[in-house]
Amino acid sequence: MDLSSISLTLLMATLMVAATPILFAAIGELIVEKAGVLNLGVEGMMITGAVCGFVVTIETGQPYLGFLAGAAGGAALSLLFAFLTQITLANQVASGLALTLFGLGISALIGQSYVGLKPERTPDLFPEALADIPVLGPILFSHDLILYLGLALVVSVWAFLKFTRAGLVLRSVGENHDAAHALGYKVVRIRTLAILFGGACAGVGGAYLSLVRVPQWTEGMTAGIGWIALALVVFASWKPGRVLMGAYLFGGLDQLQLRLQGAGVAIPVEYLAMSPYVITIVVLVILSADKSGAPASLGRTFHASQ
Amino acid sequence: MNFTKLLATAAVALGLAGAAVAQDKTKVGFVYVGPVGDGGWTFEHNEGRLAVEEHFGDAVETVFVENVAEGPDSERVMTQMALEGADLIFTTSFGYMDPTINVAKKFPNVKFEHATGYKRADNVSTYSARFYEGRAVQGHIAGKMTKTNTVGYIGSFPIPEVIRGINSAYLHAKKVNPDVEFKIIWVYTWFDPAKEADAAKALIDQGADVVLQHTDSTAPQAAAQEAGDVMTFGQASDMAEYGPFPRVSSIIDNWAPYYIARTQAVIDGSWSSVDTWDGIPTGMVEIGEITDAVPADIKAEALAMVEAMRTGAYHPFTGPIKKQDGSDWLADGETADDGTLAGMNFYVEGITGDIPQ
Repeated sequence: MDLSSISLTLLMATLMVAATPILFAAIGELIVEKAGVLNLGVEGMMITGAVCGFVVTIETGQPYLGFLAGAAGGAALSLLFAFLTQITLANQVASGLALTLFGLGISALIGQSYVGLKPERTPDLFPEALADIPVLGPILFSHDLILYLGLALVVSVWAFLKFTRAGLVLRSVGENHDAAHALGYKVVRIRTLAILFGGACAGVGGAYLSLVRVPQWTEGMTAGIGWIALALVVFASWKPGRVLMGAYLFGGLDQLQLRLQGAGVAIPVEYLAMSPYVITIVVLVILSADKSGAPASLGRTFHASQ
Repeated sequence: MNFTKLLATAAVALGLAGAAVAQDKTKVGFVYVGPVGDGGWTFEHNEGRLAVEEHFGDAVETVFVENVAEGPDSERVMTQMALEGADLIFTTSFGYMDPTINVAKKFPNVKFEHATGYKRADNVSTYSARFYEGRAVQGHIAGKMTKTNTVGYIGSFPIPEVIRGINSAYLHAKKVNPDVEFKIIWVYTWFDPAKEADAAKALIDQGADVVLQHTDSTAPQAAAQEAGDVMTFGQASDMAEYGPFPRVSSIIDNWAPYYIARTQAVIDGSWSSVDTWDGIPTGMVEIGEITDAVPADIKAEALAMVEAMRTGAYHPFTGPIKKQDGSDWLADGETADDGTLAGMNFYVEGITGDIPQ
């Protein structure tokens, strides 16, 4: 065993990158669920974002345009979900699952001729001199703009839900859509906007995967990250701070267990491999002992006539 | 005759006609563990499927299902294929072993071919390739080229096929570089680009300047490219798009001749349950081009080794070899028998760490 070969600084730096796709997808889904909509199509929107971002970056050589395209791709797919569930009042669970299957298929189609290409590198935000500061440099200053945007997004979403009137309206729609409707709020419109926001976030998360974390396009490359993001929202009790904590905890443990294996630690590999899932769930379940429950109208369809 | 009855009769007649047409064509099914666009393992199996279509033209129809999880879900997919009239079904991942046997029991007239497994039945054949021959070449190049004396290895599942590859690569790296050390990370998946990339990065952070992978995607190649000075090998497919560096060579699985031969056997009615395990000599395992990133003398040695394996003059597991615990395995000059290789569940001497049980 040689624990000295594990650099905690590098571990911190990589865990932030590894957690970012989950963070984006989960924070988007949090807003969707806070508005009372359960969109199980996160995986499909992520992979659509991944392929759209990748294709646009290859074609234009502009990673930031790629991220915009990823957001647009995810949002476009979520618009389909919004149409199905908000206009035609289709079942949300079934529509979400269909969205995932659809997203996986269409992304494979779009990405067919892009396998094996290398995207333009997303530039780091800060000059190299800052990233060279020992310990703090690699952790705080060695990342790209999108990663910091993800952190900013968590804070914004938290502030939006807690302090703004619009956030209050969004929550009221999620808690009791009939009451919100009676007060004159446009339930369907608010929910559609929330769904679009969730789609865009998932799309950016997917694009982060194909442009920064891996970086390449491979069919089916999200490989279940969208589902982890979905679970994270529930275990985080619909609280932005806990989503951030859960994403970093999960990402960090996953990176740590890979490094522990590389260092030859005498813990059976099976335990190491399952530890990110188990520990993240246990920690978040303990935290959720304060009984903060799901939005009361979560997953229920709404029509003004009912 | 009322209307419903008429419809029913028409439906039956159509069904019969459909069945008659189906009988003319031989239907071949493929079950894939990843997407056909993974650029590695499943990609090559699909190339084999396309070769079958090209070879037989209209006489054969092929179907495939991708991204099938190993375990019960695969049983459902195979059953569905058999019900839809497949005559021959190739199940192309180790984890489909028991499901294949289970479904084969229910459909005695359908032929099954399971890749990389060891359970057979009257209508279940097994086939695999001697990837370890290619691993020997990789180990040789890795041992010669590594500057940090640290070789990273991304393992999928701790099954004999993967352990054989680790042992073979290690033995040949050690032979040319006594100081070499292997760091092994198990990711418990065949296909998860993000996880494979993470594992590659973890190995690189810990000093590996050669990364070998036994997973299906090209993500580790991308991670090595990003790192800049890390060498890789294409796995299962050529992955030539990452050459000439980091990818300096590759193991290519060429399933096409086997798939064509087995389909022909079904058409001829001569199909029987067999156990096929071919390697470099028959071309089932190919070594992808060794790029100029490898010095000419090392490349020549590697090619000589390939040639020796092709003619049968050299076996990658030739004694003296000891097991990890120090006990003797092969005496001087003795070569490993296929039975031991097929069930290999131990590391050879010098590899650190335990195999997950």
